[in-house]
Amino acid sequence: MNFLEAFRRPQQAHALLDRILQSGASRTFRFMEVCGGHTMAIWRYGLPNLLAPSINLLSGPGCPVCVTPNGFLDRAMALSRQPDTIIVTFGDLMRVPGTSSTLLLEKARGADIRPVYSSRDALNMAHSNPERTVIFLGIGFETTAPTIAATMQAARQMGLKNLRLLSALKTMPQALRAIASGGEVKLDGLILPGHVSTITGTPIYEFLARDFSLPCVVSGFEPLDILQSLLMLVQQVQEGRADIEIQYGRSVRAEGNAKAREVMAAVFEPCAAEWRGLGLIPESGLRLNSKYQQMDASSLEVEVEPAREHPGCRCGAVIRGAIRPDECALFGASCTPENPVGACMVSEEGTCAAHYKYKSLDPLA
Amino acid sequence: MCLAAPMKLESFQGNTGIVELDGVRLQVGLDLIEHPQIGDYLIVHAGYAIQKLDPEEAQRTLDLFREAENSRRS
Repeated sequence: MNFLEAFRRPQQAHALLDRILQSGASRTFRFMEVCGGHTMAIWRYGLPNLLAPSINLLSGPGCPVCVTPNGFLDRAMALSRQPDTIIVTFGDLMRVPGTSSTLLLEKARGADIRPVYSSRDALNMAHSNPERTVIFLGIGFETTAPTIAATMQAARQMGLKNLRLLSALKTMPQALRAIASGGEVKLDGLILPGHVSTITGTPIYEFLARDFSLPCVVSGFEPLDILQSLLMLVQQVQEGRADIEIQYGRSVRAEGNAKAREVMAAVFEPCAAEWRGLGLIPESGLRLNSKYQQMDASSLEVEVEPAREHPGCRCGAVIRGAIRPDECALFGASCTPENPVGACMVSEEGTCAAHYKYKSLDPLA
Repeated sequence: MCLAAPMKLESFQGNTGIVELDGVRLQVGLDLIEHPQIGDYLIVHAGYAIQKLDPEEAQRTLDLFREAENSRRS
């Protein structure tokens, strides 16, 4: 069985769309899709045009590349200039501008920076380069944190002394609280991240329904998943409910994945974290715990330039859902996917990149 | 970033498995899931299986789509 194509059938998409537009005919709705993966799928399949004008979708803070502040990138680049150092990173970070450079530019200048698909790849690199320090750049949310934790555990079992982690890992609940309580955008409900929830389960979201009366649906990533989730949200609003519902049952159990959380808890502890657009949020990041301190690259001494953001860049407001990308003066002018100024234009799943790439697409016939 | 794909577990040894989707094969870590079995569909993210796909739940979701399609026709 193919678990992708069956969730992309156009006739069924139109049937769900009819239901959404019928159920919601009386008013307009504003929903936020929290996860960058959803943003990408929503635009790729032309859903905004199909749903307008009754359903408006805003992108949230769930794009790890977008919320990673310049200071982290500047430190990574400073480390890359140290002798006998290999920087290993998810490819997504390569083109993200820091204060005055990018990892891609540093690589062109001779630094040993290696984009990979998985943190597992760093194990081999550390093993085959015992005389060099291998630093993995850890970005991501609860989906990715357990995978990096498993890699750190494996490094310890293998006795690798030269693998280190520079962590900008983040967790969703406090950022969602900041959005919900910020009052900057009035939302009718949230599409919650499917793969974060695969790990965390739904208890971490209960405050959204309880304290903010926000209807929430944990959604899959195929177009039919997203349309069904929107229908479930519209129905919650119409019925005056605010519940945490799961549409993506094939991956998300209410209790999440306890084993993955155990691995994560064995390696990481919560810490304050800096989010582009949201600022410093207590308890919203993950750092290595005392057992893994010798693997922490944040303790390596290196001179880092003072971080500055581009003065015209409005990625922060885009991440909070406060403005649409085309309300930024740089959008499509000096900031394009080929020449990005801000992180939201770099990442495949950044809101600005999605708007730029797919805005003019006609809805699928 | 949190992209993940359902891939079928073909073989495994210890905590390392080989998964397949449309002819693409990948080595993945099984450290994060309980009791993997050959033939399981795994949700694969960044080189690790993060959950087993539940085929019955998948079918339940597809049934809802079909129901929407059928009621539109009728």
